[in-house]
Amino acid sequence: MSINFSVHDEVADSSVKKSETNDSISRRNFLRSTGLLGISAAVVGSTFLEGCRKSDYNGGIDLGSGDVGILNYAYALEQLEAAFYTQVVMNGSFVTIFSALEQEYLKDVRDHEIAHREFFKNALATNAIPGLEVNFSTIDFTNRASVLNTAKTFEDLGVAAYNGAGKLIVDPNYLLLAGKIVSVEARHAALIRDLISNGSFADLTSLDAFGADNANALDGALAPPDVLTLAGPYIKTVINANNLPTS
Amino acid sequence: MKRFSFLGKALALTAIPTALGSVFNKAYGQTTADVADALLFAYLLENLEAEFYKNVVTNALAIGVPSGAPLGALTTIRNHEVAHVNFIKTVLMSMSVSMPVYTAASFDFTGGNGSGAGPFADYMSNYGVMLALAQTFEDTGVRAYKGQAGRLINDNTVLTAALQIHSVEARHAAHIRQMRRNLSAGSLVPAGVTLQPWITLAESGISTGNGAADAAIQMSYTGEEIVTQAGVGITNINGFDIAATAASEAFDEPLSKAQVTTIVDPFIV
Repeated sequence: MSINFSVHDEVADSSVKKSETNDSISRRNFLRSTGLLGISAAVVGSTFLEGCRKSDYNGGIDLGSGDVGILNYAYALEQLEAAFYTQVVMNGSFVTIFSALEQEYLKDVRDHEIAHREFFKNALATNAIPGLEVNFSTIDFTNRASVLNTAKTFEDLGVAAYNGAGKLIVDPNYLLLAGKIVSVEARHAALIRDLISNGSFADLTSLDAFGADNANALDGALAPPDVLTLAGPYIKTVINANNLPTS
Repeated sequence: MKRFSFLGKALALTAIPTALGSVFNKAYGQTTADVADALLFAYLLENLEAEFYKNVVTNALAIGVPSGAPLGALTTIRNHEVAHVNFIKTVLMSMSVSMPVYTAASFDFTGGNGSGAGPFADYMSNYGVMLALAQTFEDTGVRAYKGQAGRLINDNTVLTAALQIHSVEARHAAHIRQMRRNLSAGSLVPAGVTLQPWITLAESGISTGNGAADAAIQMSYTGEEIVTQAGVGITNINGFDIAATAASEAFDEPLSKAQVTTIVDPFIV
């Protein structure tokens, strides 16, 4: 059995970190496997361990079940975002298509997404899915509109993903962590939208397809299968979300 | 219509026999009483924001709100807060929970506990002061929702709606912060501070010139400086060049109901 075990998300950002080999990832995961990262003792041996990932098969990378599944789902989306912004910043056109201020913003967003991604990687430890191979072939990183529109999609989708996943989380500690991240994604989304069209930061009518409800001023919320369908074109690695909780 | 299916679900919950319902809920420690209390708290905060922005838009000229994008943004935000008030009222009514009546007279946005002479008295004539207040309300609201989310964990419908409101408030906060950053004069942003759409360390980005007012505002930002999450250090995590500022920005922090109550108390008559 072979798994497409790519580390594109890390290799891409060679200016920030040395590229890692699969072996060194395995070593780090092993070393981290005994640490449960300050999560309360009440959680250990309960829901945290129950949702261990089944072994991956040709049907794709299994996100797992229970809270582990949801955390891997979030980790997958953060991998996508971090890889995207890393490439945005690294592109040769970055400094010409964006003003100095915008460059600063996009680098900050990149850093936040890397922080999110690496946080989930560490929190999941041996339960973490591997690095996903992304597919950005439809994005023109030399084109400002292409970059910003993609960023908008990713951020709005991220918000909808977290908002839709909240009810699926069992452990309140994980719900809180998801809550800490989703508001930052919403801040990102607002900024990107304003860079495209000032004032569109919370245009909920444009988020109808993401489950937003403008009449009640509710933001998007989508179930994991719907999010993964929308994110699908950008992820080459096949993901198996069949074991995620659905209620 | 699926968005209104919560009404049926909420009513079904109240039909569960009391003994069984309480046993089920106590296993998790969050009860329907928690849901009602959290919603009532949200109702207070949304009314505070709604009345604030209604006031701002009505008196935009006197405050010095530029027409065009600034007034448009404040109007959008006002509309959202009014919608939130009406939505939460509907949910509370569907749960047969009675709620206080809030009006403009319920609040004192000068921060004077009803005196109308609090430290933010010139918010009605000073655009920068008004925006500083707006920013504080929005960032506080985001943290307040975060602090209450855990109490809703047994009610999927209310939890999801709360999350959907929470992220809209975060969008508001980001935009208000941009409006303040873009003010060429009178923004009340301290010298040397670059205001971002997100919160950097525990920086409020607000300096009113009044020490007591600044200390009050700081309560809404203290706690945001942390750079460790669930035992995981975020600064330079896994060898990536992530500064402490970015590490703190990447996660927003909750405030407890008690903390938020202390913060908003001066604004409630």
